Amino acid sequence: MLPWLILLAPLVSAALIALITGRARRLSASISVVAVLVSFICSCIVFAKSEIAGTEIPWIEFQGILRVPIGFVLDSLSRTMLVLVSGVGALIHIYSPGYMRDDPGKSRYFAALSLFMFSMLGIVLANNFVMMFIFWELVGLCSYLLIGHWFERDSAADAANKAFITNRIGDFGFMLGILMVWAATGSVIFDDIIPQTWRITSNPTFLTICVLLIFCGAVGKSAQFPLHVWLPDAMEGPTPISALIHAATMVAAGVYMLVRVGFLVQASPVALGVIAWIGTVTAVMAALIATQQDDIKRILAYSTLSQLGYMIMAVGLASDEAAMFHLFTHAFFKALLFLGAGSVLVALHHEQNIWKMGGQGRNLFLTFVTFGIGMLALIGCPPFAGFFSKDAILSLAYNRNPAIFGVALFTAFLTAFYMMRLFVVVFFGKPRSPAAKTSRESPTSMLVPLAVLALLSLFGGFHFFASHFLTLPHEREAAAFIPGIALVAMLLGAAGAIILYRRRIEDPLSINLLRHKFYFDELYRVLINATQGFLARVSGFIDRWIIDATIVRGSSGATWSFGALLRLMQVGNLQAYAFIFGLGIIWIIYFVLFR
Amino acid sequence: MAGLITTLIVTPLVGALLVSATRNYARALALVFNLITIICAFIIWRNFDPGLPGLQLVERHSWLPAIGAEYLFGIDGLCLLLVVLTSLVFPFALLAQKMDRSFCALMLITQAALYGTFTAHNFVLWFLFYEMSLVPAFLLIKMWGGENRDRAATKFFLYTFLGSVAMLLSFLGIYFARGTFDFISLAELGKTGDVLPGKLKWLAFAGIFLGLAVKVPLFPFHTWLPDAYEAAPTGVSMVLTGALSKMGVYGFIRLLLPLFPNEIATLGPWLLTLTVCSIVIPPLVAWAQSDLKRMVAYLSINHLGYCMLGLFAATAPAVRPLEEMHAALSGVVMQMFNHGITAAALFYFVGLLEQRRGSRGIDDFGGLMQRTPLLCGWMSVVMFSSLGLPGLNGFIGEFLIFKGSFAIAAGYTAVAVLGLLFTAVVFMRAMQSLFSGPLTRACSTFLDLSSHEKWAIIPVTLLMFAIGIAPQFLFNIFNTTVVHMARLLA
Repeated sequence: MLPWLILLAPLVSAALIALITGRARRLSASISVVAVLVSFICSCIVFAKSEIAGTEIPWIEFQGILRVPIGFVLDSLSRTMLVLVSGVGALIHIYSPGYMRDDPGKSRYFAALSLFMFSMLGIVLANNFVMMFIFWELVGLCSYLLIGHWFERDSAADAANKAFITNRIGDFGFMLGILMVWAATGSVIFDDIIPQTWRITSNPTFLTICVLLIFCGAVGKSAQFPLHVWLPDAMEGPTPISALIHAATMVAAGVYMLVRVGFLVQASPVALGVIAWIGTVTAVMAALIATQQDDIKRILAYSTLSQLGYMIMAVGLASDEAAMFHLFTHAFFKALLFLGAGSVLVALHHEQNIWKMGGQGRNLFLTFVTFGIGMLALIGCPPFAGFFSKDAILSLAYNRNPAIFGVALFTAFLTAFYMMRLFVVVFFGKPRSPAAKTSRESPTSMLVPLAVLALLSLFGGFHFFASHFLTLPHEREAAAFIPGIALVAMLLGAAGAIILYRRRIEDPLSINLLRHKFYFDELYRVLINATQGFLARVSGFIDRWIIDATIVRGSSGATWSFGALLRLMQVGNLQAYAFIFGLGIIWIIYFVLFR
Repeated sequence: MAGLITTLIVTPLVGALLVSATRNYARALALVFNLITIICAFIIWRNFDPGLPGLQLVERHSWLPAIGAEYLFGIDGLCLLLVVLTSLVFPFALLAQKMDRSFCALMLITQAALYGTFTAHNFVLWFLFYEMSLVPAFLLIKMWGGENRDRAATKFFLYTFLGSVAMLLSFLGIYFARGTFDFISLAELGKTGDVLPGKLKWLAFAGIFLGLAVKVPLFPFHTWLPDAYEAAPTGVSMVLTGALSKMGVYGFIRLLLPLFPNEIATLGPWLLTLTVCSIVIPPLVAWAQSDLKRMVAYLSINHLGYCMLGLFAATAPAVRPLEEMHAALSGVVMQMFNHGITAAALFYFVGLLEQRRGSRGIDDFGGLMQRTPLLCGWMSVVMFSSLGLPGLNGFIGEFLIFKGSFAIAAGYTAVAVLGLLFTAVVFMRAMQSLFSGPLTRACSTFLDLSSHEKWAIIPVTLLMFAIGIAPQFLFNIFNTTVVHMARLLA
């Protein structure tokens, strides 16, 4: 019963808002908040009562031939994720009415938000591949709706399209991967596949392809290189959405999925290597780009990419524990950072350029403090949450792959650098625009979630807290000095940023390659225009001219030269019709009898 | 309940007569007759036992024994589903536009022809209905069509008619050799050995294949389709894509697969290649179209391509586990139904836009979401259904087809899955250019859905959700039939 309530409460809310309360914007917001609170409370109960078991009802069932149920898996992994997703989700729901105060599309926003919670909780609860894929795609749809919330802006519509299509590219691979598993093991239910895994692992090539295809899904959803391009653009959506979808939950779905099917992923060393390096490349690339961005939300978006890279790296280094640990802490401090940024944006009338801010530490004191905690957690400063989880990944990398360790360490340095740059430019110095001079602190409904998240970012990484939720990774034996090195890298980065950016009014550095995000968008645009446009035109041409003109009209030309026979037929002359039939019949009779 | 099927077929014919005799309210009268056919179809559904394989509610009388023609109607799960689909698509199409009495009468005749095609089990009878649908459709395009209607109508007629003639000749050949026109005995013949000796069977195969491939249509026999769908008035486009296109797929299932299993297996890789082309190329062409209706028409080819993929995978020369064939065939039947309602609904919406704007270029619209949120919302639902979003009907059929086909023909299926991606790209682009961005001036006086338009679209959309969320009720109709079919083909 409870798992159903967790899943369906947000769906009911979405349906209610879409069908009935669309006009009453306040009521819509309340319904949505209540629904997510119901989900959160039920999740907590499920988390506390380990005797509640997963259930299953049939969805598509052909007796003895094919079985796809809708079923819930309730193990420690999904229990933790339930609490995390619904908890962070609830805080963001509470924060949202303040942020969307004057928006005419508020009801639409809350309907989509509820639908999003439904989809994300569905992914977490799914006990089989098909159900996971269904909710997986629904999450893609919700992100499309939410990113494109301000649809009258072309940039928002572009970003929404980009998100949906990029996700679909990933889903293409994911679907093929699912089909491979299904064909090989005859089932899609995780518990039924596990004893059959040998059917896949007995063929290493098959296994590698299969895992990499499934990984494609995670590359799309968790925005890994080379499908990372949608996530920064997704910042076109309202800021709470950025916090919810693009920091704490949706992008975490890819990591969660890889951990969920860990029994397959961990079996293929080749695929693991690819996964680890994709994560590493994403981490360092995004961190490099982040150092040269001027939009507060984009900087945070790239930091999300970079941190997701760390998680994927951990999965690739065969430690699901480390990946989940970082996912857990990251959800708190990234939601905190985005909501803090949202608070700044509301105060500055949606000015997103950090160079038009400055001096906000005094005006927005509570935002400043909480944002600072989030920032310290992100860059891995002890004793904040990020320190523990990042340290776990770094130790892991040090033990398993020194090259990756080097890159990860460099990324840690960059992370400290760009976050401190952001912090210094936004909150210190003098206000650099009229809006920045007169900014005022946000309403309480927005500040409470900030405070809660700040507390979580502060304590989330400690063993006494996190061990209730997760199996914590143990990589301590080899690397006692890793935290020290990480700390040095972090301090160097932070100090560098402080020295470079203190009291500046514009960016002293200008590296075009990084400002243009390694020209990925330009490259993809050229590629898409070249290939797809070309393909479309060629096939249009084939259609119009070769098949239609040559074959069809050519044959109609031949028909013409056949004389009056077929022309009469075209007019619909009955005698000609009969004549043709007659001819045909004679011809057949000839063949049958005299051949 | 004898005579139910005859009643079903005769009702629209009577309707056509009455409608052409009335002066006013032709469409209302046509809708009344559609209400009767819906009730008929419903009674047939109630009297149908989904647990039994084979034909039910059989009506059998001798007709022209000299030429092997027999009055033989009956339904199995597949027939029933298509009858239900036809009963849904026609009233929906009648609601789509204003039409005078001859238009209505022709629509009703087409409807009767479709019922006949989907329930007749003797070739002569079947072919009669099959051809009977062609003439009114031709006239409807020719007389009420848009630009280029003459050319489009002629092309449509010539193409399908040539296909029909080829098919007829082939069947005559088979009849002369084997002396039967009965579908069931023909299927038995196909199972036990070659229907025709030597090279003749290839000739006969080619004839039937051509006739059906044009009708579906299968790449590269599809070029009549965009022209015809584009030129046809909205209601006719809906019927063409929603119901008539199913005749081709149905023909493949009922005639070609049982009659020529060996030939199809021999040509397997080629047929699958054509299918994959049907799936992958049309969305790319659709991507290059600026006319909304043409765009939707091309995507229709892609969706029927999925059906053909499932069929040819189920007959491919490879290891074919029964459960995979079953999944693929179930997917095919599901997809036929889903494509019927979704594509009809897409044309319906394009028609609404055209009525409001006077043209239907994709760039003639912009920012509609600000002016007509309901229209945009419902239309998006239909588009998402068409691009195969889970939770809506389109996904179910496509996913099962992929599931079944992948296990049998992995390479072809992997390429075919690309079709999902391309379709998404096309629809996303269309949605963006129609709904988002600033409101174009020409669209600033648009009216949102009227209550009458809502009544047309809400039931269809609800059905899409129902199938997407709980598809089992449809599977139950045809599951036994499909199991039976899979055993026959195995």
